[in-house]
Order: sequence, then structure tokens, then C-alpha cells
Amino acid sequence: MTLPKAFEDWFKRRGWAAHRHQIDMLEKQNASALLLIAPTGCGKTLAGFLPTLVDLADGTHDGLHTLYVSPLKALASDIQRNLSTPIDEIGLPIRVESRTGDTSNMHKKRQRADPPHILLTTPESLALLTSYEDAPNIFRGLKRVIVDEIHALAESKRGDQLMLALARLQALCPDMRRVGLSATVDKPEDIAKLLACNPDPCEILRADPGPTPDISMLETNEAPPWSGGGASYAIPAVLDAVKQHKTTLIFNNTRAQAEIFFHNLWLANDDSLPIGIHHGSLDREQRAKVEAAMVRGELRAIVCTGSLDLGIDWGDVDLVIQVGAPKNVKRLVQRIGRANHRYNAPSKAILVPANRFEVIECMAALQAVQENDLDGEARGAGPRDVLCQHILLRAAAGPFEADALYTEMTSAGAFADLSRDAFDQCLTFCATGGYALKAYDQWQRLKQAPDGRWHLRDPRSSAKIRMNAGTIQDSDLLKVRMGRARGGKALGEIEEVFAASLTAGDTFLIGGQIVRYEGLRDMTVEVSRNRGRKPKVAVFSGSKFSTSTQLSERILTMFEQEDWPELPPHTRDWLRLQTEMSRLPQPGRLLVESFPHDGRQNLCVYGFAGRNAQQTLGLLLTKRMEDLGLAPMGFVATDYATLIWGLDAVTDPAPLLDPTSLRDGLEGWLAQNALMKRTFRGVATIAGLIERNIPGKQKTGRQATFSSDILYDTLLKYDPDHVLMQITREEAMRGLVDFARIEDMLTRIDGRIDHQVLTRVPPLAAPLFLEVGKVSVSGAAEERLLAEEEARLMESSGLAKIP
Amino acid sequence: MNGVEFSLAGAVLTALGSGALWWQEKRLLCVSDLHLGKSERLARLSGQVLPPYDTQDTLIRLEHDLQQTQAAIVVCLGDSFDDLEVLDELPEAETNWLHRLQAGRRWVWIEGNHDPGPVQLPGSHLSELPLPPLTFRHIAQTGKSGEISGHYHPKVRVQTRLRSISRPAFLFDSDRVIMPSYGTYTGGLRSSDAALKTLMRPEAQAIVTGQTPRVIPLPK
Repeated sequence: MTLPKAFEDWFKRRGWAAHRHQIDMLEKQNASALLLIAPTGCGKTLAGFLPTLVDLADGTHDGLHTLYVSPLKALASDIQRNLSTPIDEIGLPIRVESRTGDTSNMHKKRQRADPPHILLTTPESLALLTSYEDAPNIFRGLKRVIVDEIHALAESKRGDQLMLALARLQALCPDMRRVGLSATVDKPEDIAKLLACNPDPCEILRADPGPTPDISMLETNEAPPWSGGGASYAIPAVLDAVKQHKTTLIFNNTRAQAEIFFHNLWLANDDSLPIGIHHGSLDREQRAKVEAAMVRGELRAIVCTGSLDLGIDWGDVDLVIQVGAPKNVKRLVQRIGRANHRYNAPSKAILVPANRFEVIECMAALQAVQENDLDGEARGAGPRDVLCQHILLRAAAGPFEADALYTEMTSAGAFADLSRDAFDQCLTFCATGGYALKAYDQWQRLKQAPDGRWHLRDPRSSAKIRMNAGTIQDSDLLKVRMGRARGGKALGEIEEVFAASLTAGDTFLIGGQIVRYEGLRDMTVEVSRNRGRKPKVAVFSGSKFSTSTQLSERILTMFEQEDWPELPPHTRDWLRLQTEMSRLPQPGRLLVESFPHDGRQNLCVYGFAGRNAQQTLGLLLTKRMEDLGLAPMGFVATDYATLIWGLDAVTDPAPLLDPTSLRDGLEGWLAQNALMKRTFRGVATIAGLIERNIPGKQKTGRQATFSSDILYDTLLKYDPDHVLMQITREEAMRGLVDFARIEDMLTRIDGRIDHQVLTRVPPLAAPLFLEVGKVSVSGAAEERLLAEEEARLMESSGLAKIP
Repeated sequence: MNGVEFSLAGAVLTALGSGALWWQEKRLLCVSDLHLGKSERLARLSGQVLPPYDTQDTLIRLEHDLQQTQAAIVVCLGDSFDDLEVLDELPEAETNWLHRLQAGRRWVWIEGNHDPGPVQLPGSHLSELPLPPLTFRHIAQTGKSGEISGHYHPKVRVQTRLRSISRPAFLFDSDRVIMPSYGTYTGGLRSSDAALKTLMRPEAQAIVTGQTPRVIPLPK
């Protein structure tokens, strides 16, 4: 098929020629599912929309034609702007609108009554849209769905939710065709399976990947620090690089790191270069302002996080800087692709290791990019908490038949293998809670009518079901506002836990400025402007990525070398220092270090088994230590090591690491640990057992809602096989356990443990102290600490002397 | 017994780690805010179907405390039921369980804001119980002394050397005790909340519940 003349002419007027893959997409537009794999900046979005625009050109279609779903709200408005160019210039009779969490209620209502030809939305807004009784009307005539950045969605429950919503749409519109747009990935066929309506096939189109990127590691005069994620040593060099380029994106791995880096960049920014900051915890308006300034080309650099991983087409970005270890080669390649959106020009990227371990990781990543060795982890079956939520949303849309809903759900790739039993369990949970020992006969949520169809007992509950929709798990966040007045400027959000650690007068960084904590009022953190003092760093709930297996293996192989001429001298020296103070981890052996630090005894186990397995190792080892009376207090895991701290020192790690007892411990570990409770909290919220905490809408004052930990404890005690407990276990096994890799590691080392007893923190262990995601263990240590504190407080307050 | 002794208006009281209060001299056990039937009430009102084991769990703990203390008098300090309708819905097994616990002892139900009015169970139903030198009532009243009350579900956050720990707690000073809630599904109110701060004297102390109850000065 060739382009219609009007389109051909438009391409010519712009001085463009349609890309091969754009024409291919047009030719294959009747495929029931089609996946395009293409690097950034090659007209991927236009390739997705071209068949829609051509189809709508004659103005005969009535109602919704194409639904576009992207993981980012910001993308919707960006796409709307981009689409208006061909629509206006060719003069097409097409109405495009977006619908996200930011769309006004009035506008949303109008859209339901009179849908546009093209609707741009997010998985969450789409799920909600399918939950209205008038869904069949809204989607009448729908022909195509475009899922943008599907590689990002495929990695999370958001993707699972989206595919269930598409299954719903497919039932409403049997002829609907699916198109997926993806960045370069390791296994396109996995994404294809997710996209297609099971068991239909999905064809994969690959665009020309373009030239190899120009990627290097930052060279500085000053060495990176032993530990930490701030990378402040690199500030002058980064500023220099910014000066030499038009626009630079500076990626950081966490929001906290982005704040610190931005702050330090400004302190050194003597030329007052316009530099902005962008991350997920900043207020929406602040982010929109930065995005707009970027589009206008007014900013020389943006310090950002994964919030700019996707979407928005910054035309002028000519340099990408990655601060901190990239953790994952695939994402690094995608980030690098953000630079130079001109097809056929190599993207330019600089890696900035934040500490010396990251120098090694960066070097490994660099080699992997050059060898185009992408990494990826397979995802298991679709999580059933998302299924529960979908059942409730379906019920909100009107009565349904269980058989039909089961068939519909198994047409979503991730749920293809869902058994009827497992489905029924979810349905029962939604209806009655599904408790083994007791039931809510009278007050169940869903009831079965005499005709066999399921419906809500109380139709008013649909509002609450919609309010709790979504699969993104935010920890409890509090809004931060400037000034005491209600009208004070909103700056962003911080975690409640962090807010609780502040007292009036404390200062912290948010949105690049130092603010002074004044107080908490109506669940809003009130701050004032403050300069100069050394600020605390807020804890943000940004996503934490784990280093891929390939990178870990590459690092371990590097350690085998006699010397490291490819590494900068400071890192070579560091590895040598580790060799002097302790030793380097070796393949086939397990390095374990014991040392005191900060009033605690530490144990560091270098398993190089990947974050999840190291995390499990932390759980199992702390459990064993608790049993042995060693009073462990917590642990933190990275991809290469687990650091455990407690009140007593471990003198012999060998019995702790005995495979048989570790395996036995796995049975018991489920019982009581913070990680399981954290997983349960997410599962219970998504499945609709507990209500989502909506920032700013929390109950104020007395008797706030009790914690989900109590529900977990209660189920564990009275109903340990409850479906939510099963889901929690499954998710933990998949997400956090990965016991197979611990067994692999133990087999590999076969008892060859190198135990180093040291008097201070060894170089290789130092960065672990700054890792995020510390897990607390409550046991004997808490009782001992409370006793200590009781004695101290009673003494210092003089109460101890009162009989 | 695993508890912390203190005195109020001359009466020697023991705060138990479970959150119950023991008055040895009268062989009296006091528990507050049981909120029995809370999960049923939530299901009825909001369609939320929480694990329906809270009543059972609360009664197990109460039974344990009764066995430990062999109490002659039990005072339930109000909000014993999450609302009065809960009583009609209480499964027979749980009603019988309550009867069994009540057998052979004096039992006093104090009215709370959740359960204002008599309940269909044996025992005395009172708005407050004066038992000199003490008075038991659900909500504390300013200006009173020798007062034992509940209602607020106080909890304290203790900043220890290495970790901040939050637990339900008794608050007490020379005038009153405010009891922690005993029910399984009950949240807590931070001791720093204005409502509690205005009731308690500045020199008030807290007894943190848990395995071993411990006294600390009330965190500022």
C-alpha cells in the first residue's frame, strides 16, 4: 500500500520521506496484533498513528476510532501536540483529546457522551473508563488500540491491568486491532505474546536500529568517593560537558540523588546556565513548567530520573549523562537513545560513576553496550491481585457472567494459563472475602442473582471501587507546601516516614531548594524558604532498579584479572586496597566479612547472586541469627552483597550458610518479616481489601486507620492459606525470593567460605551503608534497645531516683 | 505478672503488656475499646471485607489475661462493641464465648461513643463506675482526678538509639490514666496529638505495651 497523495505531499512539504517501517505499519494495518520495535527518534509514534490518520481522512467515521495508551500522562499531551501538526497541515477532519488523571471531571463526562476520534490515555484512566455502565457506548466503533512504550508497561502490573482492560474492549469491539510500540528489547516475542489477544499471533516489525552510540565514561581529575551516590566530585566536569552541548539530560537513579546532584550543580553553576530538575515527586505544575521550558529550548540541562525515561520528544538533546551505575544494559541503551532524536545520527552518552564500585559496574556496562548484549528477566504469570481489581471494576460496569469473564481474562497473554479454580478463588474473594473459617453471609460485596449473574450488593460501592483502582504503589506521601497559608505554593511530596523524622527548624531539599520544616497541618508539610544550612535529604519512594545478572557476572569476571588497566587509577588503587585490607570476591568462593561500625556489628556476604537472591539471603540469615540469639536488627541487599547489622558479632558464618538449614529456614521465613508485610500491603491494596491512601485525602486526627500489618498477622494466624496470602507468597517468591540463585551460589562455592574478621569498614562494603531499601528485623534487638532507652530516659529525667 | 506497677490516687495499679490494667487490691481487670465486631460493621457499612477474625483474636487475648489474673471484677471501659447492631450479628459461638468469660465474676460494661446504651449481655451497664478512690469512664473529663478512661487509643513513638518504635501505650499522671485500645483492629492516636496533650500534665509518663511493658516519660 502506498501513502495517499495528501499524505505524500505533506511529507514532501516537510522535506521528509516516510520511513520503511512507517509504510510497513500501513501495509499491515489489518493484522489483529502488530508490534513495532524501533529506537527513539525514528518516527515511531507517527508509524503507529499513520493507519489511523489515513483511515479517518475521509471523515466518515463516527465516534471513537483509535485509543492510544501510554505509561506517562505527560506523553498524552505531547502526542496531542505532535498529532496536531499533520492533522492541521493536511486538513484532516479528526478530533484528538486526552484523558488522564489530570483531565477535569466535566471534560471527562463530556468525553463519555461524545468521544473523540482519537483518545489518548493511560492504563489507569482506561481501566476506569471500562468500569462505567455506558462503556459499550463509549467504545462503540473502536477499531485500533496503540500501546506506546509497551516495553516499559510489560515490566509491571500496569501492563497486566492494561491487557485485562484490552480484553474487556475486545469483547465489546470484536474487530479491534492492537498495535504495540516498543524500544529495543532483548526478547520482542515475550512482548508480542503479551500484546496479542491469546491465542492469536502477533507479527513483529523491526525498524533499522541506527548507528552505534558514542558512549564513554567520564574522566575527571578528582577520583570518585569510596561510597555514596551523590557524584559531587563530577560536578565541574559535568558542567563543562553541559557547556559544550546544546541540551543535556542528566539521569540519576533515584529522586534523592537527583535532588543532591541538582543542588550541587547549582552551587557550582557560576555562569548561571539554565538548568532544571524533573522527577516524580515534584509537583505536577513544577514538572510541567520544566517540560515546557525544555520544549522551548530554554534549558541547557535537566537533572532527572526515570521520569524522563520515556516519551516526550526533546528535539535538541545532544548529550545524555548517566549519573550512577546504569544497573541494566537495556535501560541504559534506551536512555542513551534519548540523545539525538535525529535518526541516523549516533547518540552521545557519558557514564558518571558515583563511587568506585560503580566505576567497575560502568566499565562492565560500557563493554556490554558495545557488544550489544542486552539483558532482561522473564516475568511470571499475571498477578492475581490485579485480577481481583479487574473483577471489581467489571462489577462496577454492570452484572456479569462468571464464565464469560473467565474466558475474557484468559485471552490476556499474562493470564493465558489462569486455571478456573484460581479465577473462582479471586471471584469468591471479591464477593465474600473468601475466608476459610468465617463468612460475611449478609454483607458480601458481590451477590449472585437468580439468573446466575454477579452484581454489586450495594451499587453505591462502585464509586469506592473506582477510587481504589490502579496498580501503582505509592508509599504514604505528604504534600509539601510553601508557607502557612492554604494558598502556599505546592512543591511536591515526601514520604510520611521522612516527615515524621523532622522537627521544626530542620531543613531539607526539594525541587532543588532548601526549605525549613515548620510543621504538619491537615496532612500537609508546611515549609519556609531557607538558605545556607546543610540540608537533610528527603527519602523518596522512587523505583529502585536492580543490576542485571549479566552485569554482575561481568564484574565477577573482572575481579579475576591480575590487574585492571582499563579502569582509572583511583579504582585500580581501591581494588588493591580491598585486597590489602581484606580480599576480593572470587568466582567459586564466597567472601564474608565481619566488622563493627556505628555501634553495631556487621556481616557482609558477597554472593553476587542478584538483588532478589541477596535479599532472600538477608531474610534467611537474619532469621537464623535471631534463632541463635545474635540479635540482628536489619539488612540491606544489593546485587553483589548482603549487609546485615545487629547487636552481636558473628564469629563463624559457615553454620549460618549451611544449605540444608537455609532451605529449612525458607519454610519458616514467610511467617514474620517486614518484606512479606510490605508485599502484602501492595497486594491487599490492589486486590481491594484495604483502601488506598490518597495524598491529601487522608483522615486527619484521631484513630487513623490501623496498619495493614495487623491484617497480615491476623490472616497468618487464622487463615494462612487465604488467597491474598497465596498471592503475597507468589509475588515474594518471584519478586523477592529467587531461592534458586542462592542454591546455585551455594553449589558453586561448595563450602569454600573466606571469612575476614576486620576492625573497620572494608572498602568494598562501604557503599552498602548508603543503599536504600533497608529492611528492619524486629526481635530480641528491639526489646534490648527499649530496655536501654528506658534506663537512659529514666536516668536523665531524674525519675529513676524516685522510688 | 508481666506488668508495670504505678499508683493513682493511692490505688496501686499494674499496666499489663497486653494493654489491660490490673488492680490487685480489688482483683479488678480493666480493658478498653475492644471494638468487638469491627470487621462486620465495616462490611455492613462500606462493603470492605476485612479478615473477620478480629473479635475472635480480641477474645483470645482477653481470655488469656483473665486466666493469668483470675480477676473477680472485669470493667470494659466503653466502645466494647463497634456499634450496637454488632450485638445482633455476633455469631452464637462468640456470644457463648463471652458468656463463658463472664461466668463467676462481676462484669461491668461502661458506655462508649460507639456503644451508647445497654447491651444484650449479662453484667451491669453503666455510664461510669465510681470505685473510690478511682472512677472508670470512657472519655476523660478535664479537672477530674483518680480517673481511668480510654477512647483515644493512645500510642507513643519512642526514638531509640537506632530506631523509632511506635506502640500502643498507657498514659498516666497524678490525675488519670488513659488506656490503650485492646481490640485487634484499632488504630492509635499519637501521644503528641493536641487532644491528649491538653488532658495530660506535662510530667505525664507513658507505659509502652508489648512483650515487656516499659515506662518512659511522655515524648514531647
